Amino acid sequence: MVSTATDWLTRLPAPAGALEPIQRRGREALAQLGLPTRRQEDWRLTDLTRLQGLLTLPLAALDHASAEAASAQNVPGRPENGWRVVLDGHSDPLAGVTLPEGVSELSGSELKQALGHTLARCGSAHHWPVEFNHSLASQVLALRIRGSVPPLEVLVGAAEASLSPTRILLVVEEKAELEILEVFLADSGAAHSHLFEMHLGQEARVRHGVVAQGSGDSALMAHLAVEQEPRSSYELITVSRGWALGRLEPQVVQVDGQASTVLKGLVLTADEQQFATHTTMRFEGEEGELDQLQKTVAAGRSHSIFNGAVNVPRAAQRTNAAQLSRNLLLSDRARIDTKPELEIVADDVRCAHGATVTQLQEEEMFYLRSRGISSARAAALLLRGYCQEVVDGLPPLAQRWPVIDHLLEGLER
Amino acid sequence: MIRPDAELLLDINDLHASVEAQPILNGVNLQVRAGEIHAVMGRNGSGKSTLSKVLAGHPAYRVTGGSVRYRGSDLLELEPEERSRLGVFLGFQYPVEIPGVSNLEFLRVSSNARRQQQGLEELDTFDFDDHVRERLSVVQMDPAFLERSVNEGFSGGEKKRNEILQMALLNPVVSILDETDSGLDIDALRIVAGGVNQLATPENATLLITHYQRLLDEITPDYVHVMAAGRILRTGGRELALELEKTGYDWVDEEVASTGQGVA
Ligand SMILES: Nc1ncnc2c1ncn2[C@@H]1O[C@H](COP(=O)(O)OP(=O)(O)OP(=O)(O)O)[C@@H](O)[C@H]1O
Ligand SMILES: [Mg+2]
Repeated sequence: MVSTATDWLTRLPAPAGALEPIQRRGREALAQLGLPTRRQEDWRLTDLTRLQGLLTLPLAALDHASAEAASAQNVPGRPENGWRVVLDGHSDPLAGVTLPEGVSELSGSELKQALGHTLARCGSAHHWPVEFNHSLASQVLALRIRGSVPPLEVLVGAAEASLSPTRILLVVEEKAELEILEVFLADSGAAHSHLFEMHLGQEARVRHGVVAQGSGDSALMAHLAVEQEPRSSYELITVSRGWALGRLEPQVVQVDGQASTVLKGLVLTADEQQFATHTTMRFEGEEGELDQLQKTVAAGRSHSIFNGAVNVPRAAQRTNAAQLSRNLLLSDRARIDTKPELEIVADDVRCAHGATVTQLQEEEMFYLRSRGISSARAAALLLRGYCQEVVDGLPPLAQRWPVIDHLLEGLER
Repeated sequence: MIRPDAELLLDINDLHASVEAQPILNGVNLQVRAGEIHAVMGRNGSGKSTLSKVLAGHPAYRVTGGSVRYRGSDLLELEPEERSRLGVFLGFQYPVEIPGVSNLEFLRVSSNARRQQQGLEELDTFDFDDHVRERLSVVQMDPAFLERSVNEGFSGGEKKRNEILQMALLNPVVSILDETDSGLDIDALRIVAGGVNQLATPENATLLITHYQRLLDEITPDYVHVMAAGRILRTGGRELALELEKTGYDWVDEEVASTGQGVA
C-alpha cells in the first residue's frame, strides 16, 4: 500500500506556487501514511479499491468557464442578490470577481499565519484526506469577512475523469455574518479533493450549505474544519448524493464554549455507491450547544456510513448536545452503518443521542395509494418528505438549484 | 334512497379474508346500490375496519375466499390506487400522518389521479388552489390546514375533516367511512355529517361504519347491518340501530354461539 502511494507521489508535478511548502509537507506526510488500511478504525468499512482509483486520475486542467459549463444544463445563472466564485483547482478563483464590501482577500503573511490554524485546532493534521489535499492543492480561496456580506455561492466543478484539488479558507471576523453555499458538481469519473477551513470570531454567524451531487463513477473527499469562538453560531447543512465513493468529514471545535452549532446532513446512495460521513464535534469550554441530525437513504446495493463523534472534556461543563441519526433503507441489499461516538468526561452535561433504521412505512404507502397515487409516486412523495427536513435548512441561495428533484433520481431501485 | 332498479355498485359475496394467517372475515355478504346509504355497526374487533381495508386493497390483508364486484367487474384484482381512481373511497378510522409531505400537494396529486381517470382535465397548482378552497366549505375547514404536512399534528377531529375534504375532492362512487364520527365534537359532527349528506347523490353510495346512533340522526341510513365475528349477522332498517342502542350486543353473542361461528 505504501508503495502505491509513493509511486503516485513520484508521478505528481513538482511542488509549485503559493502553496509550495504545504504541498511538500503534505507529500512527506502521505509518504509516511501510505494509503489507509482496513485495520484503521476510521477506514474499516471503506472500499479501498475505489480510494486507490483516485490515484490513477490525472489532475484537473479545466479552466474557469468550462468548470461552470461542465454541467451547464444543471447550473442556474449567477445569484442576483449574492456573488459566485468558481473553483476548479486550477485557475485563479478570483479572476474577474469583484469582491463585495466587507470581503477582502487574505494574502502574504496574513495568509501564512491563518492557513492551517483551524486545521491544527481541529486536530485534522495527518488525516489522510487532509494530507491528500495538501499534497495536491496549488491554490486557496482565502477570504476575510467583515460585517454582514451578501450570500456567497461557491461552485466547485470537476471535469470528467480527472482529480480536482480545491481549498478554501474563511476568516469570519467578530460579529460578522455570512451565508455560504458550496455546490459540488462532477461529471462521471471526476473526483474532488476539498479542504475547507473557517474561523468564526466571537458573535459571528454563519450558515453553511453544501450540496454535493455526483454522477457515475465520481468521488468526493471533503474535509471541513470549523473553529468557533464564544457566542458564535454555525449551521452546517450538507446534502450529498450520487457519489461512487464519498467521504465527508466535518470537524467543529468550540474553542471556549458558549457557542451554538447545528449540523444537519442528508446522504442518499444508490446502486453500488458508498458514502461515509465522519463528523467530530469538540467542546473545549462551558455551555456549548450542538443540535445534530444525520439522515441517510440507502437504495440498491449501496452502503452508507455515519460516524458521529462528540467530545465533551472536563472543561466543557453544562454542554447541551443532541445527536440523532435517522436512516431509511430502500432495499434489502443496501447497508447502513451508523455509530455515535460520545466521549463525555464532564459530569454536568446534557447529551442525547439516538439512531433509527427503518423502511418506507407500509401504512403511509397504503394511505397514499388509497388516494389514487401510484406506488412509485407515493414512494417518491414519502422520500421527498423525508429529505425535506434537511433540504429546507439550506441557505436560500439553494432554492435556485433543483436540489430535491435531483436527489431522488436513481433511487427507485 | 332505495330503488331496486338502481345500479348495483358493490356486490360482496361470501368474502373471507385473513391477516397473518388469522381469519378475520368469515363470509361477508353485502349489496350496495346507487343512491343507498348503509350503516355497519358491531362490537370492537368484529371486523368492520378489516372489511373496509380489504375493499380498499390493503396489502396486509389476504382474501381467502369469495368475491367483490364493483360496477360489474372484479374489484379484488385491482391495485389500491386503481380502486381509488375508479371511485372507491375509504375514509380511514385512523388517518395516517405523513411528515414532510404538504397536504395541498397530496390533495392535488390525488385529485388529479382521479380526474385523469374520469377524463377530466388535470388541475395545475393555481387552478387546484381555487378548487380546493371551494371544497373546503363542505367541511368548513380552515385553509391553514392545506399548508401543513398531511395529517401531521392534526387533532383527531381535524384528521376526520381532512378525510371528508378528500372525499369531496375525489368525488367517489362508493364511499366507506370508517368511524368518521369518532373524535368529532358535537358541532363538528353536524358539519361533517352535513358534508356527507351534501355529497350523497342518486348516483353514488355510502357505507358508514359507526358505533353511535348520533351519526345516524344526522345521516339517515337506508340499511343497518350488524357485524359479528367477521360476518354480517343481521340487516335491518334504521330501527335496528335504535334497537341496538337499547339492547346492546349481548344478543349477538348468543346468536354467534348458536350458529357455531366462534369469534375468530
Ligand atoms: N394487521 C392486523 N394484524 C393483526 N390483527 C389484526 C390486524 N388487523 C385486524 N386485526 C384483528 O382483526 C380483528 C378485527 O379488527 P378490525 O379492526 O377489523 O375491527 P373493528 O370492527 O374495526 O373494531 P373497532 O370497532 O374497534 O374499530 C381484531 O381482532 C383485530 O385485532
Ligand atoms: Mg375499526
